[in-house]
This record gives sequence, structure tokens and C-alpha cells, in this order.
Amino acid sequence: MIQVNGLIKDYGARRALNDITFDANQGEIVGFLGPNGAGKTTTMRILVGYMPPTDGAAIVAGYDVVEESLEVRKRVGYLPETVPLYTDMTALEYLKFMADLRHIPDSKERAYETLEQVNLQDRANSYIGTFSKGMRQRVGLAQALIHRPEVLILDEPTIGLDPAQVVEVRNVIKEIGKDRTVLLSTHILTEAQNICDRVLIINKGSIVAEDTPENLQSRLVGSQRVILRVRGDSDGLDAAIKKVKGTRAIEVTDAETVEFEFSAGQDVRPQVAKAVIQAGYELIEMRPVGMSLEEIFLELTQDNSAGKKP
Amino acid sequence: MRNIWTIAKREYTTYFNSPLAYVVMLILFAVIGLIFALNLLSVTNNPFLAQPLDATMVAGPLVFMLLFCTPAITMRLISDESRTGTLELLLTAPIRDWELVTGKWLGAFLFMLTTIALTLIFPFWVHGMTDPGIDIARTASSYVGLILVVAAFLGIGVGISALFSNQFAAFFATMGILVVMWFLIGAPANLLPVGGELFGYLDMNSHFYGGFNRGAINLTDIVYYVSLTALGLFTGNIAIDYRRWK
Repeated sequence: MIQVNGLIKDYGARRALNDITFDANQGEIVGFLGPNGAGKTTTMRILVGYMPPTDGAAIVAGYDVVEESLEVRKRVGYLPETVPLYTDMTALEYLKFMADLRHIPDSKERAYETLEQVNLQDRANSYIGTFSKGMRQRVGLAQALIHRPEVLILDEPTIGLDPAQVVEVRNVIKEIGKDRTVLLSTHILTEAQNICDRVLIINKGSIVAEDTPENLQSRLVGSQRVILRVRGDSDGLDAAIKKVKGTRAIEVTDAETVEFEFSAGQDVRPQVAKAVIQAGYELIEMRPVGMSLEEIFLELTQDNSAGKKP
Repeated sequence: MRNIWTIAKREYTTYFNSPLAYVVMLILFAVIGLIFALNLLSVTNNPFLAQPLDATMVAGPLVFMLLFCTPAITMRLISDESRTGTLELLLTAPIRDWELVTGKWLGAFLFMLTTIALTLIFPFWVHGMTDPGIDIARTASSYVGLILVVAAFLGIGVGISALFSNQFAAFFATMGILVVMWFLIGAPANLLPVGGELFGYLDMNSHFYGGFNRGAINLTDIVYYVSLTALGLFTGNIAIDYRRWK
């Protein structure tokens, strides 16, 4: 659905995108992560036909974004970072206008249905100028959804929403992502972790990592650390764990807790649990202490590790 | 055509939601009404009036007023979309750049047509009060000219509005160009030994006062104003294209 190959964009002498290549398939939600100025918005603007690349190619919904820009724009729903709204229009008028631009029959009915989708039907006839930031964000999302696009490109879709609205919007995106392609940029890394099938991390115009959030964690960390807690005295617990092949860096952290590591891809937790119980301890907790997506993001986008590709 | 109409409809409605449009209309009517009343007084006090009354007493000053009002009407058309970010919305919708520019122009043109149509009350009032009434042919010619002049003013205004993100910059640039085209560009016509005709032809003023407002509808004058309108819209199209590529 989205195929990007060697995308380059120069703003004068400054290179904003440097050889970006990735793809996104139907039924996939791809997260685009990166610090401010990394090139996320520029990439998205190229993909929706707002501006052409300096070099490289991008195919969206089967059409070239430069040669067949109009066809791409018919099939893509786009929510820009700054939600573009006409504040002198009501939500319904605005969506009807957007539906008319897309030649949707029964545009008023469709506008109302889309308002229901983002839970704004009660404010259909209110002027957008009177809306809160969260409501404006939802109207913006509604205009991106109004033509039921094959590809949805969302630049920071949940910014400005309250926690309940964030959950609602994420559910809308998840629902759409089941049978269509969604590319979204976000600064909220847990959002990427929760709703994205795949994550692209972009820094200084280049993609520095691309994988599922889980794989990124294991590929970067190399080993998995686990906290194990028992009820009562843990004397001799470290020795019991040490007997299991593959465990290392065993450390007693307090009277009831021991931490240990094992190599990524060689999960020894079932064996450890069995050994601990057989040794007569009451196992009450065993949880991984992984590198969070936040830590991965910082690791990949900090200056000293820029360009590092796992 | 459908996209042009959708954009034009929104623009037309927006004018009636904006105080600026009402202020422009009010100023136009107040000044034109005053000029009309003074003209009427002067004519009725002259028992030796040889010429029949016509609409030139309205269309003549109206075109002069529109020269200063049109930049206020066109200044926000595209520049404000750029400032508020809604241009990104339009440029990623499945519409062509020229459809956007033409739709904006058409919306403003329909608003000005409404305003101009309302001024017809003055000549028709005189027509009803006098015998044999006003010179209908000359009135029609004046108004056809007026409409073409306004179309060209708006075309230039829309084109310039696309060049700027600041509407006041668009206002002053449009005003500057219209003043040059209306008052100054024809000046070298009689001063230059060679090429003076070109400046004479480019003079916006002479095509109206020397043609339409005298009751003469010439193809040359029509082509001139239509070409200026097209040039303005083309400039707007290029400006938007430039925004995409810069």
C-alpha cells in the first residue's frame, strides 16, 4: 500500500530526508517515531502529494505520488500536525465541504456518520471556533476519514486529547488498521507500542531502526533481565537459579527478590520457575525488566549513536 | 468544474460571515449614493440637458471605488489559507491547483457581482422617474465593462494573494499593481517616440472609460480584461506550484 524507495528531500542546502526507504502493507499500522525536525512531517507531506521529493520514489495505494498525485490524494486520508479547520464553519458544514471536494454522494449524511465515528454528533451544528483542542483534533480526524480512504496518514493524531479521548481515537485507528494501511507519527512512545504493528525510528532524515516494538527491544538489548520474587526467605534462591543453564548475572536485590539475565531468543523462564518451585520456594512474581521503547528511542536518536542500525 | 463550484460556494458564503465584506459594501454604497445624489441634483438643476441620463454616473465612480476595495476582498483568499494551515488541507485534497485558484476567484467574483447588481437600483430608479428614461444600451455597456474590470481586478488580487502568507502584504501589493495599471502605465504612451502604443494598450483605465463607459463594446477591450484575469489566475497557479516545490 505504501512503498517508499530512496526518498530524498532538500530544503535549499539543508537535506531534510536522506535516502528513506520503507513500506507499509494493507492491514498494518506503522508508527513513525523521531525527534522534532527528524523528517517525519516532510515524509508524510510527500506521501500525501503536498510536496514532491527532490529524489526517490513513493507509491501510495498503487499510484506514484509525483506522477499520479491526484489519484493518490483521492485514496489517502491525511491529518496534518496543525489541524486545518475553518473556524467560521460548523463541524457538519466543514465535513460536508470536505465530502463535496471528494465528490461523495449524500455528503451531508456521510459527514454526520463520520462525526458519529469520532463521537462528535452532538456538536454537529456548533461552530468549530467554539471547540476545545481535543474536539478540533477529532474534527480533523473526521475529515481524514470521511472518504473511507485506503491509506490513512496521521501526523500526531492524539496530541491535545484527554486520556479518555486518546483511548477512543486509538480504538478508531486500530479498527481502521484492521483492513487498511495506517501510517502515524507520534511522540508518545507507549502509543506506538500499544497500537503499531511496526515502528520506524527516524533521526536526522534517515531511518535508524525498523521493526516491531518487541523485536526492537530484544535486538537492541541483546539479553533479557528478569526480576523474580518469592514469599518469605530467599536464602539459597540464587543458587537454585544458577543451576538452570543459560542464566547469568544473578543478583540478590533484597530478602525476597533476585534478578538474573538470559540471552535474548533463549527464554529460560519456564525452567527457572520450575527449579524455584522444586527447591521449595513460593514463587509470587517473575517479570521482565526490558529496555522500554523510550530508552530505545533515546539510544537510537542521541547524537553519539545516530546512524546506528541494529 | 464541480471542485471550482464547491470552493466558490464556500468563499461566497464566507464573505457574508465576515464584517470586512459588509464594511466594503457599506462604503461603496455610501460613496456611490452620495455621488449619484450630487449628479442627480446637478442634472435636474440644468434645464438645458441635452444628453439622456445613463448609468455612467454610477459605473464611472464605482469602478474607481472598486480599484481600492478589491484588494481588501482578495487579500485573504489564499494568503490566509496559508497562514492558518488550511492550504495544506486543500493541496492534499483531490483538486487541481488551477481549480483551487479559479474557485477562489469565482467566489470573490460572485460576491462582487452581488454588490454591483445592488448598485443597479440607482440607474433603474432614475429610469422610473424620468421620461424617456435612461439610455439602456449605454447603461448595459457600462455595466458589462464594470464586470470585466472587476473580474480582472480580482484575478490580479487572487494571483497576488497566492504569493503571500500575510494578507496585508497581499493587500498592499495588489493595491500597488492596480494603481500602476490604472493610473500610471498609460502615461508613457504619449511620451515615448517608439512603443508608446504598447503602454496605451496596457492602460486598464482607457479600456473602460474610452470604451465600455462610452457605450462601445469592443472585442479588443473584452480580450484585454479577460487576458488580465487569466494572467492573474495563472500567476496564482504558478505561486501555488512554487509553494509545493520550494
